Amino acid sequence: MPDINHRNPKEIMTLSRLGSFYQSKLSFLRSFIREFKDWEFNKDLFELDESGYGTAVYSVKKDSRAYSLVCFANELNSTERSDRVIATKWDAAFVLHDGIPTKEDIKRLKENVPKQEVGRVSYKELTLSRANKSVRIFEHTVDALASGQQPDENIVKDVGYLYRTTAVYGSGKFGLADRYRIKERSEICGPFRLEMMLVYLVRQFTFDQVNHIAKSRNPTSAVKLSDDIARNLGIGNSTGLGMAPFIVNHPTLLHNWIYSREEALKQIRSIEKVEINDFNKFKECFEKSKLNINTWKTDSKYQINKIKILIKDLEHFEKKYLFNFEFNEKFLWNKLYLWIENELSEEGIEYIVSMLMEPYDNIVNPLVEKMSSEEDLHFDIPGERLVSDLIDIIQINYSSILDIDFNSSEEITNFWFISKNKEEPRVANRYEEEGSELEQPLAIARDVSELFKRLKDFSSSKTIAEFLMSNNDLRHAVRRCFIIEKFPYSEIQDNTIGSKLVPIDMLRLKLSFFGAQKFDPRSDKWLRINMYQGAPLINELKNTDDTWIYNRL
Amino acid sequence: MRTSSEIETISKRATKAAGFPWGIAEEVGKNIKSLELLSISGIENLSLYLEQVKGKETFGPKEISKENNIKPNSFCPFYTGSALLDSASKVEEIKNITLYSINFPILLIPFINRLSDRIGKKIKLQIDDHSFMLNLNKFIATDTNLMGLIIENAKTVKIEIQENEDSFKSKIWDQLYELSTETFVEETDRLKENAAGAGLADND
Repeated sequence: MPDINHRNPKEIMTLSRLGSFYQSKLSFLRSFIREFKDWEFNKDLFELDESGYGTAVYSVKKDSRAYSLVCFANELNSTERSDRVIATKWDAAFVLHDGIPTKEDIKRLKENVPKQEVGRVSYKELTLSRANKSVRIFEHTVDALASGQQPDENIVKDVGYLYRTTAVYGSGKFGLADRYRIKERSEICGPFRLEMMLVYLVRQFTFDQVNHIAKSRNPTSAVKLSDDIARNLGIGNSTGLGMAPFIVNHPTLLHNWIYSREEALKQIRSIEKVEINDFNKFKECFEKSKLNINTWKTDSKYQINKIKILIKDLEHFEKKYLFNFEFNEKFLWNKLYLWIENELSEEGIEYIVSMLMEPYDNIVNPLVEKMSSEEDLHFDIPGERLVSDLIDIIQINYSSILDIDFNSSEEITNFWFISKNKEEPRVANRYEEEGSELEQPLAIARDVSELFKRLKDFSSSKTIAEFLMSNNDLRHAVRRCFIIEKFPYSEIQDNTIGSKLVPIDMLRLKLSFFGAQKFDPRSDKWLRINMYQGAPLINELKNTDDTWIYNRL
Repeated sequence: MRTSSEIETISKRATKAAGFPWGIAEEVGKNIKSLELLSISGIENLSLYLEQVKGKETFGPKEISKENNIKPNSFCPFYTGSALLDSASKVEEIKNITLYSINFPILLIPFINRLSDRIGKKIKLQIDDHSFMLNLNKFIATDTNLMGLIIENAKTVKIEIQENEDSFKSKIWDQLYELSTETFVEETDRLKENAAGAGLADND
């Protein structure tokens, strides 16, 4: 048996590696679809005018539990349409309601949901979102359907969605139910299940809305959007820096996500005899997924370069390895992994790691159940531990960070802050912008480095409680060190404030776990993605194959 | 109604804005959330305290001992609570601790509640005339009406670690035990012969 371990967090938790992650069977929108198969779906209300403005309600039920998506579609001038988080109006606004809403609920929600952050919802609501039309494809699709035609497949492929959300909120924001109210519900127990549910149902609304408008325009000749085209439309999403602090502020959750991936890889590499069916499934998914790469459109040089590297990697993998595969070898996957680790870039390695999971429901599904976290359980600092213990923890877990020279202005160029006008996270150059004194505690590498220096000057036999009495300014860093001791994948092993920081690497990590595809950076601080492209339609859920993500027109 | 998530976030940010470090602000965020869930006026006490100390120096103990005093200053509930929580094993060893002059002591309660959970023992907390029994961060027993209670300063705060003792008389226990035995079934000799260990003649 070869010596197969989890991969080293110091290699995996760097920003460039995390920024090379891809969706996998562990991703939330895929696990959501697997779990959502046997839910009952209803369109309870659809009161849109001929232009598609009005209110719609969709409900989904399982056992005694029901959830309802309440949609408000509004008229919006093209000058008012913006993906920026600072926008105040959107083409449509959505809320996921706990149960079936009453008329009074809908009235209350109608007054508040379209206002988003400045409105107020209640504990009866679970997630909140808004979205804008992709004007190019939406109008084209309505025009085509109204004239009895299907939309041009090339346009559908290019854009990939009718609507693009610009935020999806949950967990106690703007009055939404706190997580503790719902965390014991078995039907939605994985991370971000309710956000995934909202987006999936919004996708259905976008189909119903284009069909409705087309039919209203031309009642006699309009046709419905074909299932094949609908299936290949997802929901777009514009994502900014709000996601970046999330992964720093939820260390045990981050660990559980990454650990699940690493544990899956370890178990797969440890398979002594690979079954032919499993090998074929890997190969089939690999082939199908490769075709999709050509549909990833972006103007971002950063992303274009990443895609080029990936394509080159995959070609190299096919030519030099996949075609020369000795199927009967023992520990085949392990040999494959060792080869890609040696031969490919981070993009190629992580792409194939995701692919390796495809045949293994039995390995992946139990790990999906472990991807949530009770973070409060790990909040307290064990003050009775010794300063020498903490020095050891830092030396073991943060050794690469300790090499960074934080006296150099290059290494502390940026600072993270919360913007006053929208209460959203931002990053700025501390030498060019004001406000660095209000820096958020996201520069973990710098703070751990400072902590290490101070610990070295403190008596190593004293307790952490004694150390903190005169060093509480580093309390947040001390807490994290004791978390990483138990959760080795809880920390980004990189400098999050250096001049070379590419914030979208942090976004991509989170989005890959969501199951997003088609990363399209619009700058180094925000990007567009696609969710649920290729996903089964609601009436197809019962018989769907989990590899739907690789299906395309 | 404000959600727990909003209460935690806003309390944390406000505490930082008043001049406390992020690590302390994180503690305060969690604590105010827990006070408000218990219907104790955490937000109000916090707001008044932060208003009072914003930009000013605040003081915690330099070590934890039986008697703690920082005359002429008063203890900050955050630094004091954090120090007590961090020093859980020492507090357990000392058993009875007195702090003289502590500002907004209601804000100390969740720290002591967490301390109770950490050491696995009930803690009696005396804030001047108000008495509280804190039980493993699960609940707080008190005669004091905590809704809307604001205490700007307590002259004395006493912390007494309670040994894990029964809160009932043994006679009452025996009565209850007797009743519980009515769920048992008398075993026959035949059943005894087949029970675990039956038939063995050695003592190995």
